[in-house]
Amino acid sequence: METAFLIEKTALVLVLFILTLTIAAYSTWAERKVAAWLQDRVGPNRAGIFGLLQPLADGGKMFFKEEIIPSGANKYLFVAGPSLALLVSFLGSAVLPFGDTIEIFGRTVPLQVTDINVGVLYIFGVVSLGVYGIMIGGWASNNKYSLMGAIRGASQNISYEIAMGLSIIALLLVTNSLSFKEIAAQQHGWHWNVLVQPLGFLIFLVCAFAETNRVPFDLPECETELIGGYQTEYSAFKMGAYMFAEYINMFVSSAVMAVLYFGGYNYPGMDAVNAMLGPTWGPLVGVAVMFIKIIAFIFFFMWVRWTVPRFRYDQLMDLGWKVLIPLAIANIVITAIVITVVDKL
Amino acid sequence: MIMESLSGRKKVLEQKPMNFWERMYLPAIFKGMAITFMHMFKKKETIHYPEQEREFSENWRGMHSLKRDEQGRERCTACGLCALSCPAEAITMIAAEREKGEEHLYREEKYAAVYEINMLRCIFCGLCEEACPKEAIYLDGPIVPADYLRKDFIYGKDKLVEMPITELEALKGATV
Amino acid sequence: MSLFYLVAFLSILFSLLVIFTKNPVHSVLYLIATFFTFTIHYILLNAQFLAVVNFIVYMGAIMVLFLFVLMLMNLNKDTEPVKSNLIKIIGVIAGGALLVTLVGASKALQTSAVSAGPNSEIGLVENLGKVLFNEFLLPFELSSLLLLSALVGAILLARKDKKTQNG
Repeated sequence: METAFLIEKTALVLVLFILTLTIAAYSTWAERKVAAWLQDRVGPNRAGIFGLLQPLADGGKMFFKEEIIPSGANKYLFVAGPSLALLVSFLGSAVLPFGDTIEIFGRTVPLQVTDINVGVLYIFGVVSLGVYGIMIGGWASNNKYSLMGAIRGASQNISYEIAMGLSIIALLLVTNSLSFKEIAAQQHGWHWNVLVQPLGFLIFLVCAFAETNRVPFDLPECETELIGGYQTEYSAFKMGAYMFAEYINMFVSSAVMAVLYFGGYNYPGMDAVNAMLGPTWGPLVGVAVMFIKIIAFIFFFMWVRWTVPRFRYDQLMDLGWKVLIPLAIANIVITAIVITVVDKL
Repeated sequence: MIMESLSGRKKVLEQKPMNFWERMYLPAIFKGMAITFMHMFKKKETIHYPEQEREFSENWRGMHSLKRDEQGRERCTACGLCALSCPAEAITMIAAEREKGEEHLYREEKYAAVYEINMLRCIFCGLCEEACPKEAIYLDGPIVPADYLRKDFIYGKDKLVEMPITELEALKGATV
Repeated sequence: MSLFYLVAFLSILFSLLVIFTKNPVHSVLYLIATFFTFTIHYILLNAQFLAVVNFIVYMGAIMVLFLFVLMLMNLNKDTEPVKSNLIKIIGVIAGGALLVTLVGASKALQTSAVSAGPNSEIGLVENLGKVLFNEFLLPFELSSLLLLSALVGAILLARKDKKTQNG
């Protein structure tokens, strides 16, 4: 393995890591700002201009607060829960292409940490691991509310993973590939997958809300019924880790949706722009487009959070099993038929 | 069992089964989201508190102040009626007799050497104001500020007594 | 190769811990770790699809359900029933018999001629899919039928009896 390759990947990983952290930190700020705007308020505006230093202040607060471990809790697992949640949330972004290949210092560098040919399945696996953080933390707290939250989280994630997987299968029929790099490359210009798979995207979107435990599917934490669900006993930085994990998950799932359905770094008229700006700056515009899409999705997550009320638990299960799964299966069948017919013609 | 309406004014709400669009939830969700989105562009209701203050109503009762008369003398005569009327027992005082040469400081022959209000006990009912025969105490101040220690909420004369007119004018002159 | 030995050692260590820990929840967590080491084994063999499927199905779904059930039952050291010596002896004999069978079976079989080295592409999705849906279509479909029947059976068992529901 040559040194340049190692340096390139290390730089990519570091940039991605820092970017993820920054976006997650500023998501907490954005969440409060968006909530305020939607409710005719101003939101955090004291720390720095527009409250831009608020994430630092929040982080500092979390660090210096007293850490409490309940005496009845299982100490190792109590610490392992949030650590696992945070760790798993970081894993997802490794396979996502944030841009096309770019030429720097005479090297062509793909803006993707690694392209494994089962990338979509990998993301799926990582997402399914996310629930362990919640389950272990909730159980180890030795608190009934936490346990209820953990159990809700587990059943909700398993239920919605099925519909999510089925909606991805329909997409795979279209793309013929499991690699994110190829899926992104196929959507050149305006050939975005959402135009071919609108129903699939809708199902995926709903499932993404459920998998990230965001409103209207935030039943695992659900402060009105369960005090805080799996987070009830957590304080200081361990609670912060859970919160951070949630925002990182939101970032990753926004990125996944942008790549799978909204063309990733592709945008109409990209050929002209690339020809004009050359192979170094052209793809960077693509990266900017990708991040605009991601931020739009994050805003959408927040917008929904401050609009829609929480589902009741049985409604949640009804929606998952009786609506989304049949719809997803119908979507697969229709897609398969259309593809076969088109191929025959 | 169906409860019989005794008043005869009971309104039976008609609950139709939801039609297809309603069962989809999505139109309703989009409608809600449009409403919240419009709110982003509405005028913000926030008042930036320390810089801006909301107007108080005419009969607002805030922090107490011990008044002075036209010649800048303290009106309070330490009769204790305010302390007696206080339902929260927030007021204490120690009376003292006016010495020779203090006529310009205290209006009556007896005055309050120590006058303390425990702002944590006070319920801002305004009964002290009503009980006072000398019109010496009024709840016409601002909001009582927050603090860290309980002892700091016991306000003495240093905080309660109105500024003498001379000092007030000196202050005004300084700022102008 | 040293990586293989490290991962293999970890798999054995974790599987031993599965058996020897008293707390059932810890046991399941070690089992998850064991499955994770299996995933690494698959990756070392360049069987990416198997690795990811093992990841999703075993770690992401089945073990979550295991954990779910154990957490609901809230088993701990106190509730563990004391087993009599007879049961222990029977357990040892049964385990020994299984071991003998396994060793005998592996001795009877020859090592297969096709050896999938770390560079073979046999484990990639495309190749695996082609093999699965051409050569092994019948067994594949039969196993899916098996799963379906298990599903129907489970629903049948879980459904309440009409009589008890009314009564």
